[in-house]
Amino acid sequence: MFTLAKDRTKKGAELRDVMVDSIEQAMELDERVVALEADLGGASRFTNIAKKYPRRFIQCGIAEANMIGVAAGMSSEGYHPFTHTFGPFSTRRVFDQIFLSGAYAHNTINIFGSDPGFCVGINGGTHTTWEDMALMRSIPGAIVCDPADETQMRWIVAEYAKLEGIHYIRANRKDVRNVYEPGSTFEFGKGNLLRDGSDALIIACGQLVSEALDAAEALAEQGVDCSVVDTFCVKPLDEQLVLEQAAGKKLVVTFENHGVIGGLGDAVAATLAEAGAGVKLVRHGVKERFGQVGDPAWLQRDFHLTADDLVNTVKEGLS
Amino acid sequence: MTPEELSELKLLAAKIRRDILVMLEKAGSGHLGGSMSIVELMSVLYGRRLSYDPKNPRWEGRDRVVLSKGHAGPAWYSALAESGFFDREMLLTLNQGGTNLPSHPDRTKTPGVDMTTGSLGQGTSTAAGIATALRMKGSDRRVYLIVGDGELNEGQCWEAFQYIAHYKLNNCVVIIDWNKRQLDGPLEEVINPFDIAEKMRAFGFAVETVDGQDIEALDAALDRAEAVTDSATCVVLDTVKGAGVPFFETYPGNHSVKFFDPACREAADAAIAELNAYIEGSEA
Repeated sequence: MFTLAKDRTKKGAELRDVMVDSIEQAMELDERVVALEADLGGASRFTNIAKKYPRRFIQCGIAEANMIGVAAGMSSEGYHPFTHTFGPFSTRRVFDQIFLSGAYAHNTINIFGSDPGFCVGINGGTHTTWEDMALMRSIPGAIVCDPADETQMRWIVAEYAKLEGIHYIRANRKDVRNVYEPGSTFEFGKGNLLRDGSDALIIACGQLVSEALDAAEALAEQGVDCSVVDTFCVKPLDEQLVLEQAAGKKLVVTFENHGVIGGLGDAVAATLAEAGAGVKLVRHGVKERFGQVGDPAWLQRDFHLTADDLVNTVKEGLS
Repeated sequence: MTPEELSELKLLAAKIRRDILVMLEKAGSGHLGGSMSIVELMSVLYGRRLSYDPKNPRWEGRDRVVLSKGHAGPAWYSALAESGFFDREMLLTLNQGGTNLPSHPDRTKTPGVDMTTGSLGQGTSTAAGIATALRMKGSDRRVYLIVGDGELNEGQCWEAFQYIAHYKLNNCVVIIDWNKRQLDGPLEEVINPFDIAEKMRAFGFAVETVDGQDIEALDAALDRAEAVTDSATCVVLDTVKGAGVPFFETYPGNHSVKFFDPACREAADAAIAELNAYIEGSEA
């Protein structure tokens, strides 16, 4: 059960600290949990795990493919590894290792890809991923999550640590605005209806859920009544909630810090089309573009991923 | 090694070699060359060195094996069948739909297979992970990592070797099958690995090169490799691709042999008959 944050303007802790704290809590509960880094321990603060659990932190150096393989090998011996590097190097660079040494071999790896999409900031185009969820969704049995805030991240990490299989979580390293009250709980494969409206349905994931709620409030002031659904679990998608909420709406808009190919938008498109929902869909995401440098706020504007951009998309879609 | 022990290992090698030929001929094609070059290694591992329980393949007290050159699966399957992990009859199902013996090893299907391999290079890292895990558990068991020489083209091998050497994972015995040929031709013509032993030394390994078809020498080299305590350890096996059957040792397409070629069938049949005679003679 979840409760919406009383103050949505307030930011939580930095998500990298939340990740480290969550992994340490999982380590305390379960001796099978270990953490692996690819020389970004300063950036992820995984070095703090090394201080608290020196024997259960494994520095793999700048060798991401090897890190995923080491994690897979440890899994075959009963361990539950968490790995970290930046989003593109956690997925695109090591896709075959995740796919074969991990998923195909029935191993367990919890993969944290940090700073997806516009969160990349000054690390720029080489470090940007708009396709990590597309890749990870294509792996049979994988769970793919894009948490909205720190509360959701804590819940996901705690649950991932208990499960077997390939699990991906993408998130900003920095702090993001709260969507949920601490202690809220969730369910993989279940979306959260955050606002019930009658005209359009906005389906969002990740830190853009906050922007989606902002957009819905702005639209309400202009007489447009929107539902907002948080699908933090992009795979498996809560198809039932998508279809229930799409029914009777004039428009569905997906909103993600990701490319329109293979991410939330495509997942929702397939769900609506296969059910013959017959409702207009706009996939609001990044189209046919690479990343670039800039501060995250500038990048978010340049890639048209702000609440204002979403407001415009909904209004155009309804016109 | 006593003369009796040597005879036993030679007998096991003959059985493994025969089984490889029988199963590949039955399947119609397969990775013959790189399977044959590691027959003596498999005999030494399963006949003498490894701790295992065929009735309990995931027994915690076992030594682990990762065949990173996964295409040599038939050699492993033969060794596992001859060691009692499953019936020899199962060998005849190689590569058939629904089989538990796929061309490349699958830990979810085959008893005794500790790691899924086939995408070259990846077994080096998973073996490194197993070695890390064994050390973390305080286990004194080893993981035997078998790597192909052509496989060394893969960058991931060198990432894993760095890691194994850095952490001095001497519980991971790295064994390189230097059989001189890869699919498209001799190593030097495809991508020259230069001096493999020197490269491994430069990466921080204690390295020894040994005749990989000589059972006694190979076993003694593994003794010395396993006695290394202050660094990672590696044995380079100087082997012949297609070893044991002169026709296949020189056959240009010996990486993956297609048995619709009558010459291949004749060579295999003759070798099987010869090996059977040797096996019967030894067991009499």
